Amino acid sequence: MEASAERLRSARGSRRSVFRGERRLGAAMLAPSLIVIALVAAYPIIYAVWLSLNEYSVITPGLSRFVGLDNYSEALSSSAFWEAMKTTLLFTVISVGLELVIGLGMAMIMHRAFRGRALLRAVVLVPWAILTVVTAITWRTIFEPELGFVNTVLTSLGLPGGDVVWLGEEGYALAAMILADVWKTAPFMALLLLAGLQGIPEDVYDAAKVDGATAWQRFRSITLPLLAPAIAVALIFRTLDALRIFDLPYVLTKGANGTETLSLLAQKELVVNRNTGLGSALAVLTFITVMTVSFLYIRFIGGNIRALAEEEQ
Amino acid sequence: MTAQRRERLGQAALWLAVAAIVVFCLFPFYWLINTSLKTGADLSSANLLPPSPTLDNYTSIFKDSAFTMALRNSAIVAGSVTVVSLVIGSFAGYALARLHLPFKFLILAILLSISTFPPIAIAAPIFEIWTDIGLYNTYPGLILPSLAFGLPLTVYILASFFRDIPRELEEAALIDGATRFQAFRKIVVPLGAPGVVTAGLLVFIFAWNEFLFAITLTSTPDRRPVPAAIAFFTGSTQFEIPLGTISAASVVVTVPLIVLVLIFQRRIVAGLTAGAVKG
Repeated sequence: MEASAERLRSARGSRRSVFRGERRLGAAMLAPSLIVIALVAAYPIIYAVWLSLNEYSVITPGLSRFVGLDNYSEALSSSAFWEAMKTTLLFTVISVGLELVIGLGMAMIMHRAFRGRALLRAVVLVPWAILTVVTAITWRTIFEPELGFVNTVLTSLGLPGGDVVWLGEEGYALAAMILADVWKTAPFMALLLLAGLQGIPEDVYDAAKVDGATAWQRFRSITLPLLAPAIAVALIFRTLDALRIFDLPYVLTKGANGTETLSLLAQKELVVNRNTGLGSALAVLTFITVMTVSFLYIRFIGGNIRALAEEEQ
Repeated sequence: MTAQRRERLGQAALWLAVAAIVVFCLFPFYWLINTSLKTGADLSSANLLPPSPTLDNYTSIFKDSAFTMALRNSAIVAGSVTVVSLVIGSFAGYALARLHLPFKFLILAILLSISTFPPIAIAAPIFEIWTDIGLYNTYPGLILPSLAFGLPLTVYILASFFRDIPRELEEAALIDGATRFQAFRKIVVPLGAPGVVTAGLLVFIFAWNEFLFAITLTSTPDRRPVPAAIAFFTGSTQFEIPLGTISAASVVVTVPLIVLVLIFQRRIVAGLTAGAVKG
């Protein structure tokens, strides 16, 4: 009795020391990553907030003074900021919406095409693998007014629009940017959704077919609800990506003709105009916008993902 | 309409849709290759095939030191980001997958939220800091900020792959007297090799593609990575670009990635869905 209690105690003790050892090892293994992330992500963000609260002399480098929220009120009262906000949100909503619809369509076709599915999956990865900068160049060669594909086809078919300078007009330029983004990322969306579709058991559909459900009914009441978690994840990823878009408009139009996004505006203010205070304020505002949207997402559709994560564990 | 006919019609519609997807995905890239093979005079025509195909644009970019330097810079930067992310990310991935630790969920949540930061919010202050401490326009100055995004991606993918390795193998090694770290190095890393390859590929592609830091934190061709160099070629005004050579350069930097993706497509899809869904 005594001995077994003793054994139990020592077992518990050694177990505790195992845990303690494990914690020490865990801390040591996590430390390098956490330190790097603290240095290159957390600290810069905090420093950005500090930079945005100061005004910097253009004439004397290093000379600055604390101005509180002046840079923010300047940013928030400028039409450039609200234009960029409008462009960013419009671009995000339309391109992510189109990507979801096209990506879902592509995923369902890929799911049904049994022969050649591997080949199709490889083809679909091509736009994803192309550098965004190259994507922008590619679409410039397509929309180029003289030799571009679009204008030539429109002209030779006698359709209107053959003489439109697509990237040179407000509205059209944003549409071209959206098209380029949809081309690059709808396939990515399709692959995420395809993984979700493959997780739906086939016999659910067979049962519905026996019950006489039409194709649309099967889509509405089986596919969509069961795919909802995959859709939610894909939407979050794509939305947060679209909100911070920078490279596509930079190369496609340099932000001209209503394509200046928040990131582009902040970078221009910072690097081209060398306005550190205002540039940092714009960067922080971009950060706040992205974080607000991700918070809203997690608040409203994050329940799905949390449930999924718990299931996983 | 008989059931058989409907079936055949459905099949035809399916293949039509498949063909549409293939054209949608490949045509724009084909157009880029087409442009890159045209001579100066043919550039102002929009033929579907280059009238007199030429490799002149390709030979001229390899004579341009700005382009060859950009290839070297990108190889150094993306290679370093990949190696550093894999080494320190695999430690963190293992700790999060296997060890009993407090705040595990919190750490994962922090990592995930960092990967959603807009890069401009990091580039802006780093531009100032690097100018102050002399890291502006250097390789480390480009490698470090990319780790902010490369590392969380690596940790996520590796944690999800390591979690799937059977515990028994590791426990057997521990019973044989191996330390926890030896078990990690000798058992988990080799067995998790597919995950390491996947994470490495995705981080490499991310780092090769990275543009905002590349354009903000460099000022000379001897440090400028490929995406920044291509954007830099495009001239100051909107339509004034040497289209033939730019297209050739774009094709050259894209083909290796496409080859990688085609070889490792299964791994990449597994990694993308692991990173996205298992989070």
